[in-house]
Amino acid sequence: MSGSAPSTTWRDWLLSDRPQSATQARLGQAWLSWRAFRRNRLAMLGLGLILLLLIVAALAPWISPYEPNVQNLRLRLQPPSAAHWLGTDELGRDILSRIIHGSRITLYIVTLVVVIAAPLGLLIGTVSGYFGGWIDAVLMRVTDIFLAFPRLILALAFVAALGPGIENAVIAIAITAWPTYARVARAETLTLRRSDFIAAARIQGTGSLRIIGRHIMPLCLPSVIVRITLDMAGIILTAAGLGFLGLGAQPPAPEWGAMISTGRAYLLDQWWVATMPGIAICLVSLGFNLLGDGLRDLLDPKRRGG
Amino acid sequence: MSDTLVKRPPNLIGSRLGRHARSLGGILASIAFTFLGLLCITFVIGRVIPIDPALAIVGDRAPAHVYDRAREELGLNLPIWQQFFIYVGQVLRGDFGTSILTGRPVMEDIARVFPATLELATLGIIIGVVFGVPMGVLAAVKRDRWADQLVRVIGLVGYSVPIFWLGLVGLLIFYARLGWVGGSGRLDFFHEGIAPTITGVILIDSAIAGEWDVFRNALHHILLPAALLGYFSLAYISRMTRSLMLEQLNQEYIITARVKGVSERRVIWVHALRNILVPLITVIALSYASLLEGSVLTEIVFAWPGLGRYLTNALLAADMAAVLGATFVVGLVFVGVNLLSDLLYRLVDPRAK
Repeated sequence: MSGSAPSTTWRDWLLSDRPQSATQARLGQAWLSWRAFRRNRLAMLGLGLILLLLIVAALAPWISPYEPNVQNLRLRLQPPSAAHWLGTDELGRDILSRIIHGSRITLYIVTLVVVIAAPLGLLIGTVSGYFGGWIDAVLMRVTDIFLAFPRLILALAFVAALGPGIENAVIAIAITAWPTYARVARAETLTLRRSDFIAAARIQGTGSLRIIGRHIMPLCLPSVIVRITLDMAGIILTAAGLGFLGLGAQPPAPEWGAMISTGRAYLLDQWWVATMPGIAICLVSLGFNLLGDGLRDLLDPKRRGG
Repeated sequence: MSDTLVKRPPNLIGSRLGRHARSLGGILASIAFTFLGLLCITFVIGRVIPIDPALAIVGDRAPAHVYDRAREELGLNLPIWQQFFIYVGQVLRGDFGTSILTGRPVMEDIARVFPATLELATLGIIIGVVFGVPMGVLAAVKRDRWADQLVRVIGLVGYSVPIFWLGLVGLLIFYARLGWVGGSGRLDFFHEGIAPTITGVILIDSAIAGEWDVFRNALHHILLPAALLGYFSLAYISRMTRSLMLEQLNQEYIITARVKGVSERRVIWVHALRNILVPLITVIALSYASLLEGSVLTEIVFAWPGLGRYLTNALLAADMAAVLGATFVVGLVFVGVNLLSDLLYRLVDPRAK
């Protein structure tokens, strides 16, 4: 019973109902969430896929059997074999190696989009929700206008204006991604802004921007993170779509969408060229979707049980 | 930050009418605002473009006065807000400029290619609804059982697969290997131009003309791309149907119906389903509009001569007038469908007042 017994295991320490410090309480909470999350087999599968992506991307130069851009025309369009597990493409490059290196591009795009879009959405959403009134009206109308365009089409138009390339694709996708985060952050802020601790902070003379930055934003983060995780698949698919149209990463970069696009010419006779990168895209976006679904269930107790 | 403390005196007479008028006014204002916003975005995109339109016309070796004249004729020397008003005026008259690629007015081009996209998206949404709604209902009824999990996985895969890739794989299997469906395009070469164009929707045109060979051929061609689009809307529709149904199945009237001895089938398909109909229509409308987006890549894969392919071709040729025109039209359709479903919601569902 007593928490100070020397035989205390880590588990007991984490689950103690009388935590000695804020850190212990927080870790205990995290442990409980993790246990709930672990029960969701599909979500664990998603987590596994994402971890796999991270590991593959980190170790790409060491685990890929060949150089991704080295051509060998004598070995062009070879079917999958022991030497080339996923076959070779029209320039004799090893498809598996290209997919492995392509994971870095995917991760790069996704990370940059999130780094640009998430803070922007969070800021606009919290400011809009906290101040209300005409600021809210204007910001939300602007958000609505961006949401009025289908994502890919707006991104296409932006890339058309900015010119093809991976950075411009990132900017275009980020421009289409922030409104959703703004919506989520605003909804969360609306439930928070009337609460007592905000009123207390205000009475103490805390400035509005500080309240938003220090008190509201951190509490909005969990739902925004879930939204981002669910959005990742969409970002990856949009990026692959831009790549497929030749507007994303430029050759010879082993971007998965662009690889599918070149494989299209050989679809009927050399099916593996177009098919293999697509499987990689599917697995990664499925991973993000499963993970996001699991995280959402975790955050929203209504969806669990009863 | 405080709510208004002064309460308005209740206006009993005509308050309902007033409320309707106010909400109508609000809707109209928001339409106008959104419309301007859409134009603003396309205008800004048109400005961002690094290609100087005047330079594109006169060439980079033209003397300065020729270049200046071209700028003047294009209105590029005017202040930016004035240019914007001119742009708004042109769009209101349905003038999106002339496409470099086809040499025709963009509006005419869009009117010509739009029926193909409409045909594809409509068949797609029909497939999505016919399969998606029953799947969602099934998932809700068999909650947390394997049927539910299966529907969930089918939906998640739909969210995760790149549509252009699935299209290629579909072509590989069902066209090249099995020969069950037609290849790319809307018709085989020797069926083209037989049925006169009336609506632009080949399935309807050929049926009107009684050209059943053409009809069958068109159906052969549209089946695979429409099924693909249908699958993608199915993913969304089945998920939303499930959560809407779950909400209803926990209500007391369902228990009452069961206690009264109403058959389970009737409880589900009549009592519960009727109550989710209104939000479900909104969901279907939204996914119908979003099929426009899905159709861009699908049309590329299947060489389908619709709006998506028009947009992409224009894009690759840096034909900005066409790109912006098509983008604007898509945005407009999107907003329009949103608005319609919103209006429907207000009209049909008494709780939404």
